[in-house]
Amino acid sequence: MPKDSGIGASTKRREDVRFLSGTGNYTDDINVHGQAYVHFLRSDVAHGRINGIDTTAAAAMPGVVRIFTGADFEGIGGLPCGWQVTDRHGEPMQEPGHPVLAQGKVRHVGDPIAAVVADTYAQARDAAEAIEVDIEELPAVVDMKAALDEGAAKVHDDLKNNLCYDWGFVEENRDAVDAAIKGAAHVTTLELVNQRMVANPMEPRVAVGDFNRATGDHTLYTTSQNPHVIRLLMGAFVLGIPEHKLRVVAPDVGGGFGTKIFHYAEEAFCTFAAKAVNRPVKWTSSRSEAFMSDAHGRDHVTKIELALDADNNFVALRTDTLANMGAYLSTFAPSVPTWLHGTLMAGNYKTPLIYVNVKAVFTNTVPVDAYRGAGRPEATYQLERVIDKAARELGVDPIALRRQNFITEFPYATPVAVEYDTGDYNATMDKLEEIADIAGFAARRAESEKKGKLRGLGVNCYIEACGIAPSNLVGQLGARAGLYESATVRVNATGGLVVMTGSHSHGQGHETAFPQVIAEMIGIDESMVEIVHGDTANAPMGMGTYGSRSLAVGGSAMVRATEKIINKARKIAAHLMEAAEADIELKDGAFSVAGTDKSVAWGDVCLAAYVPHNYPLEDIEPGLEETAFYDPSNFTYPSGAYACEVEVDPETGKVSIERMIAADDFGNIVNPMIVSGQVHGGLAQGIGQALMEHCIYDDEGQLLSASYMDYAMPRADDVPFYEVDHSSCTPCTHNPLGVKGCGEAGAIGSPPSVVNAVVDALQSAGKNVTHIDMPLSPSRVWAAMQG
Amino acid sequence: MVDVTMTVNGVSKSGAVEGRTLLSAFLRDGLGLTGTHVGCDTSQCGACVVHVNGQAVKSCTMFAVEADGATVDTIEGQAAADGSLNTIQQAFQDHHGLQCGFCTPGMVMSAAALLRDNPKPSEAEIRDYLEGNLCRCTGYHNIVKAIMAASGQDVAAIAAE
Repeated sequence: MPKDSGIGASTKRREDVRFLSGTGNYTDDINVHGQAYVHFLRSDVAHGRINGIDTTAAAAMPGVVRIFTGADFEGIGGLPCGWQVTDRHGEPMQEPGHPVLAQGKVRHVGDPIAAVVADTYAQARDAAEAIEVDIEELPAVVDMKAALDEGAAKVHDDLKNNLCYDWGFVEENRDAVDAAIKGAAHVTTLELVNQRMVANPMEPRVAVGDFNRATGDHTLYTTSQNPHVIRLLMGAFVLGIPEHKLRVVAPDVGGGFGTKIFHYAEEAFCTFAAKAVNRPVKWTSSRSEAFMSDAHGRDHVTKIELALDADNNFVALRTDTLANMGAYLSTFAPSVPTWLHGTLMAGNYKTPLIYVNVKAVFTNTVPVDAYRGAGRPEATYQLERVIDKAARELGVDPIALRRQNFITEFPYATPVAVEYDTGDYNATMDKLEEIADIAGFAARRAESEKKGKLRGLGVNCYIEACGIAPSNLVGQLGARAGLYESATVRVNATGGLVVMTGSHSHGQGHETAFPQVIAEMIGIDESMVEIVHGDTANAPMGMGTYGSRSLAVGGSAMVRATEKIINKARKIAAHLMEAAEADIELKDGAFSVAGTDKSVAWGDVCLAAYVPHNYPLEDIEPGLEETAFYDPSNFTYPSGAYACEVEVDPETGKVSIERMIAADDFGNIVNPMIVSGQVHGGLAQGIGQALMEHCIYDDEGQLLSASYMDYAMPRADDVPFYEVDHSSCTPCTHNPLGVKGCGEAGAIGSPPSVVNAVVDALQSAGKNVTHIDMPLSPSRVWAAMQG
Repeated sequence: MVDVTMTVNGVSKSGAVEGRTLLSAFLRDGLGLTGTHVGCDTSQCGACVVHVNGQAVKSCTMFAVEADGATVDTIEGQAAADGSLNTIQQAFQDHHGLQCGFCTPGMVMSAAALLRDNPKPSEAEIRDYLEGNLCRCTGYHNIVKAIMAASGQDVAAIAAE
C-alpha cells in the first residue's frame, strides 16, 4: 500500500498551483521601479582584434543612458574559474583571463563587445546597431585537433598555446595499462564523438541589478541554480563587493540543467552598471543570445580501448579524449572532463587497470561547462559503447558480458580513485530484463520486419557519482570551493516550520519533497513545513543545486538541523512533563513519557520555547531555531540498467524510439512521482542527444545552430511513453536519508542504449555498421547503411 | 504610439503600444500578466500561447495592434475566481505534468484549445498537437498523460507516476 504522506509518498507538488495559474515569480517577472534596460552588442566573428569602438552616434540616440565597453572594466576582475586542474606533469592548467566585456580581442561569436543601457529595450537595441566596431578578423580556431597543431592561431595571445591541460589519470597506471593492452587476448577499439550540446532550459537567462545609494547595498536578481556561489564569485573576484553588501536572489527559475550554475558576464555587468548609472539595470536574454552566451555542454572526441582476457574478463581500459573548453574557462569547466569523467571510467565493472588521458583545448567557440550529467554521460557513453562493440566482436551476449564483469562486492574501491559504497547491478539488470521482456524481443522484431522496418535492441548500464561532494576531497582535486550544503530550520511559536536551504529548486520540487522528510521525522502534517530558498538574504551560505546533490547533501543538512531541533524540543518536553529526558519519545507530533500516558503536543513545546514562563532557562536558551552544515563523507553512486528498442526505416534512415526502459537504483526515495519525472526528463534529453541535438560551428567559427529552427530539440512526437522503475534499492550508507540522487540518471543512461539499439537494428539487416556518431539523424543512419 | 483596447480574461484593458510591440510584450509589460512566458524568438517554443478570439496563438508572433478589439484569454484567467484549478490545470498537478513551470502556461493553453476541438484525443493526436510546445523538463510523458486524463481517459495503465 503506497503511503499518502511523508517519506515514500507521491505527494502532489504544492508549487504547481502558482505555476499552473500564471503566478510564478521568475526573474523576468521582476521589474524594479525606474529600471533601465541593457542590450549587449555581441561579436559576429569568432576571432578578431578590436581596433576601435565608436559609440558617438549611438550615445546620441533616443533613450540611451550610457554605453559601456571593455575600457570601463579595466582594473576590474574578470570572471573567475572555480576549479584548477593540475596536468600530468604536475603543472597547473593554463588559465586565461575572462573579461566582463571584451578587451582587445573577441574570441567567439557572441562575445560581448559593448553594452547599451537605455530607457527601453527597443531603444537599447536600436542604439546598439549604431555602434561602429572596427574588428580585424583573425583566423578562427575551431577544430580541436587543429588547435593543438604547432603554429595554430592562438585563442589567447598570452598563453603558450591552445592546450589548457594534458591530464593523466591514474598517471602511475599508465605503463601498466599499456602493457596489459599489449598482452591482452582481445582489444576492442572505438573512436567516437560526444557532440556539443546546448542545455536549453526553457527560461532564458535574466539579470536585474539594483543599487541603493543610501545604504550601499547591491541586489542582483538572477536565473541561478546557486545564488550564494554567484554572490561569492561576483562579489569577491569580479566586483569587489563584500558579501554583506550584496544580496543575490534566484527566485522561480525555469530549468537549469547545469547551464545556470555558472557566473556569467551579464550578472556582473548589471550589478556594476546599476551603481554606475544609479538606476536598476535589467537584461533578458533572447533565445538567440542564449545559444551564443549560455555555456554549452559535452564536446569530447575520444578513442577508447577495452582489453579482455581469453575468458572475456575486462583486464584494462585506456581512453584518450580531446575536450573542448571553448574560448574561456567557464566556472567549473576544467573539472568536467577530468574529475567528473575520469573517476567514472570503471563504470559498473571490475576492470583492474584504467588510464584516462584528457587534453583540454581552447577554441573560438562558446565556453563549454557542465550539462546534465557533466562528464558522467561522456564516460558512460564511451564505456557502454565499447562494451557493446566488444560483445559483437566476440560473439557473446552483451548482457552476459556485462554481468560477467559486474562489481558484486561492496564497498568497492575502483582503480580510478573512488569507492562505491553500495549497489546491486545484477538486481537492476534483472529488473530491466523483466520489464523490457528481452525474451520477447525476437517476436517484436519479426513484427517490425513485416512492416518493412528494422528493429534493434540496445542495453547499457551506468553508474554516476552524485551528492557532490566531500569538500576536503574536492579541495585536493583542485576545487576552489567547498561543496557542503546548509539548512536553517526555524520553528515558529505555534509549531509550523520554515526551512531555509542552500539548495535551489528550479523544477525539482523541493518545496514539496523536503517537507515530506521533516513531516516524517516529527510526525506532523507536511503543510506545516515551508521551504524558503534562492535568496542569500535569508538562507545560510549554501552551494546550490547541481550534480543530483539536493536531497543527498541539502536534505542531509536539513535532517541534521531538524535533529538538533528535536533534541532541544525533547529537553523542553521533559521539563514540561517533569520527566527524565531519556524517557521522552517523539511520535505522531507529540512527546510522551515512556511507559506513562503523559504527553505534550508538538505545538505546545514550540510555544513554551517562545513563551518561556515555565522553562529551564538556566539550562537551555529560549527559541527553537537551528542551523546545520552537512559535508558528505563520500559521493553517492546511483546506478541502473537501461534498454531501448528502435525501429529504423531502411529507406530513409529515420529512427523511431519504440520503447525506452530505465531500471534505476537511487537508494531510498522520498517522492516516487517526482523521481519518475526526473528520469523522464533525463531520458528525453538523452534521446535528444542520441538522435537530434547538435550544436554546430562551421570552419570560420560561425554558430550554425543558434535557434530552435536549427537546433533540433526533442518534441512530444519524438519520444514515447517511458517505462521507468526504481524499486531496486541499496540505500546510500553514509547520508542520513540513504538517498543517492536521481536528477541526471536519465540523461547519462540513455544515449548508449539508443545507439546500441540502432547498431543492432542495422546489423540485423546484415549491414556491417559498428558505430555511428551522435546525433543519429536520418542522413547519418542512411549514409551508414549505404556502407 | 497607438492606443489598443482588448478584452483580457473578461476585463477590458487598454494601453499605448508601439507598432512593433508584440502581444506577448503588451501582456507582460503593459498589463503585468507575467504568466505568459517568452522562451524563444523564432515562434518555436510555445511558452507564450494564449487564446485570441478563441484560437490558440503564439503571442510572440502577433503584434499587440493586431489584437486591438479582440478577446484574449491567458493562463491567469484559467482558474476559478476562488483560485481553484480548472480540469486541465488540475490534471497537470495530479499527473506531475510540470517541473520548472516555464513552458506550463503555453502547454495548458494549447491543451485547452486541443480539447475544445477534439474532446478525446489519442496519444498520437496529443503528441502531434503539442509539436509547437517545447518542454525541457518532463520528457512530455506526464504532459501527454495529464491531457489524456483531463479528457476523461483512463491513464492508469500508462507506466509510472
